[in-house]
Amino acid sequence: MDFQALLSCFSSASCVVTQTTGGLISGMLLFLVAAGLSLIFGTLKVVNFMHGSLYMLGAYFAYSLYVATGSYTVAVIGAALGVGLFGLIFERLFMSRVYNTDVLMQLLVCYGFILILDDAVKIIWGAEFLSMGMPAAFQRPPILLAGGVLPVFYLFLIAVTLVVALALGLLISKTRAGKIVRAAAINPSMTSALGINTALVFGGVFALGGLLAGLSGALAAPVRSMVSGMGFSILIESFIVTVIGGMGSITGALVGALLIGLVRSFGTIGFPLFTEGIMFLFMTAILIAKPSGLFGKEL
Amino acid sequence: MQRASVRRDLVVAAATLGILLALPLMFPGKSFSDFVIRLSAFAIFATSLNLLVGYAGLVSFGHGLFYGLGAYTFALSMQKLGTSIPVGFALTVVLSAAVAAVVGAICVRLKEIYFSFLTLAFQMLLHSIIIAWTPVTGGDQGLTGGLPRPPFLGIRLDDPQHLYVFCCVTLVVSLFLMWHLVQSPFGYTLRMIRDNPRRAAFLGIKVWRARLMVFIVAGIFGGIGGALMSLFVSSAYPDFAYWTISGEAVFMILLGGISVFFGPLVGAITLLLLNDVVTRVTDHYSLVLGIIILMFALGMRKGLLGLLVSLWKKRKDAATVKAAAAAGGD
Repeated sequence: MDFQALLSCFSSASCVVTQTTGGLISGMLLFLVAAGLSLIFGTLKVVNFMHGSLYMLGAYFAYSLYVATGSYTVAVIGAALGVGLFGLIFERLFMSRVYNTDVLMQLLVCYGFILILDDAVKIIWGAEFLSMGMPAAFQRPPILLAGGVLPVFYLFLIAVTLVVALALGLLISKTRAGKIVRAAAINPSMTSALGINTALVFGGVFALGGLLAGLSGALAAPVRSMVSGMGFSILIESFIVTVIGGMGSITGALVGALLIGLVRSFGTIGFPLFTEGIMFLFMTAILIAKPSGLFGKEL
Repeated sequence: MQRASVRRDLVVAAATLGILLALPLMFPGKSFSDFVIRLSAFAIFATSLNLLVGYAGLVSFGHGLFYGLGAYTFALSMQKLGTSIPVGFALTVVLSAAVAAVVGAICVRLKEIYFSFLTLAFQMLLHSIIIAWTPVTGGDQGLTGGLPRPPFLGIRLDDPQHLYVFCCVTLVVSLFLMWHLVQSPFGYTLRMIRDNPRRAAFLGIKVWRARLMVFIVAGIFGGIGGALMSLFVSSAYPDFAYWTISGEAVFMILLGGISVFFGPLVGAITLLLLNDVVTRVTDHYSLVLGIIILMFALGMRKGLLGLLVSLWKKRKDAATVKAAAAAGGD
């Protein structure tokens, strides 16, 4: 514990600005993954245990597309769409076969896929850490705010993810497609009886979740190093986020992810060894006080 | 539980132990005894997980928590506290039970999928503690310097033969105890809770208390499995607490058969053999393992032993039907 360091950080504006932006970008990246996980769980009632692997695929797809085309825009869009498509195929060919079995089989199918994808990444991209580097468009001097450093890419990342969060919220709450998804979540057989192809809805939700995870991976690629197996820690964190925010709630995922991002960022200054512990204490407290999460409906 | 069946099980256990101890005479190589030692750790670990998954319907995906905890508790008490081996095991049992009581109290009331994930999350918490707490645990290098193995009661565990006997005895005794647990009224209570928790609650059973009890018992045996492994490798590594350990244990259960007590044992034997074969042939062990897992999860959900048992039952049923038909024809 180093409260001294934490206090001196809080008393200097530059440190607060730097740590807050750092916390915000990891929170927003986490939000994209957690929102997909939460959406899939809310609709399909299965936890996509390999959601972290989709994030990993997004990062690697973006890397390859960036190397091939030199355009980061193409890389981000291509990676998101590619992972979305992968999610759709995974759902249709594999996951849909275990909806009616117990949790054990769902976990095992995902476990099998995590192993396969981790090894496939090693075969295709190598076992060493990869780094994409900052795209040329963002190689500008950082903005200085109250003595704190704000890299341009961070602002771009926060803006993009905020727009996505807003669009996702509107899609679910205001559009016809969103209504169908919510209906299928509450009562799939009734929705299907009303002439809606629920298999398509489930596939679509999985694809959307994959797209979000892929987008997160692609946006993380310039600021994080990539390695096979990188998806697992973000999976655990996303799960913690959805427990805190409430399974199935997009707002909850946003609040939870930002909270975890900020706790992580300031925690590394104040209590580096205990940052994980704080997240768990927080999650346990929520589970005991309000098991459905901050923004979740009663289970 | 009748006394006669206890006596029968004791005879079976003693006979099994006798066979296990005689096997090195047939297979004198070191690779065989090493295999049995590793098997004893994994079989105890996987069977303890099946108490939760198969008998209580609690799909834990973080049982490796106890494997890692047991390995580190035992190794640290031998290395840093300099205790004797029985005291090391006693500490392992006590700490595993205590941690299981805390984690279990938080987890067992949760819905299925939350339970799976939360147990996993606690396991990863232990893993990150092990990685971060370098002065005590050695961080990602694991414990270095080996474990002292002071002799006790004339047993010298630094002698490979003594270690082999010790692991076989621990394996048979642990399986015997767990077998008795699932055959006891408590075991049948667990099955009822698994099949219909609400009905069990209406019959006056405190569901969460029974679940917490079995979670603690499974935690203790999981810890013993980990302690055996640390005894064998003479160290403890963060990988023992990594989530893949839990995944492998869950797969062992599926591989052997979830509905049969000895399914996890068969699964452990199969997976360890598979490990040895696949790692000899290819570097891409996870790829091969992943494909095999998918095949089993999508195609053979009963597992190997489960399949044999159901085939045998079918034949027996057919035979009784035939006999009944023959008796009716007279």
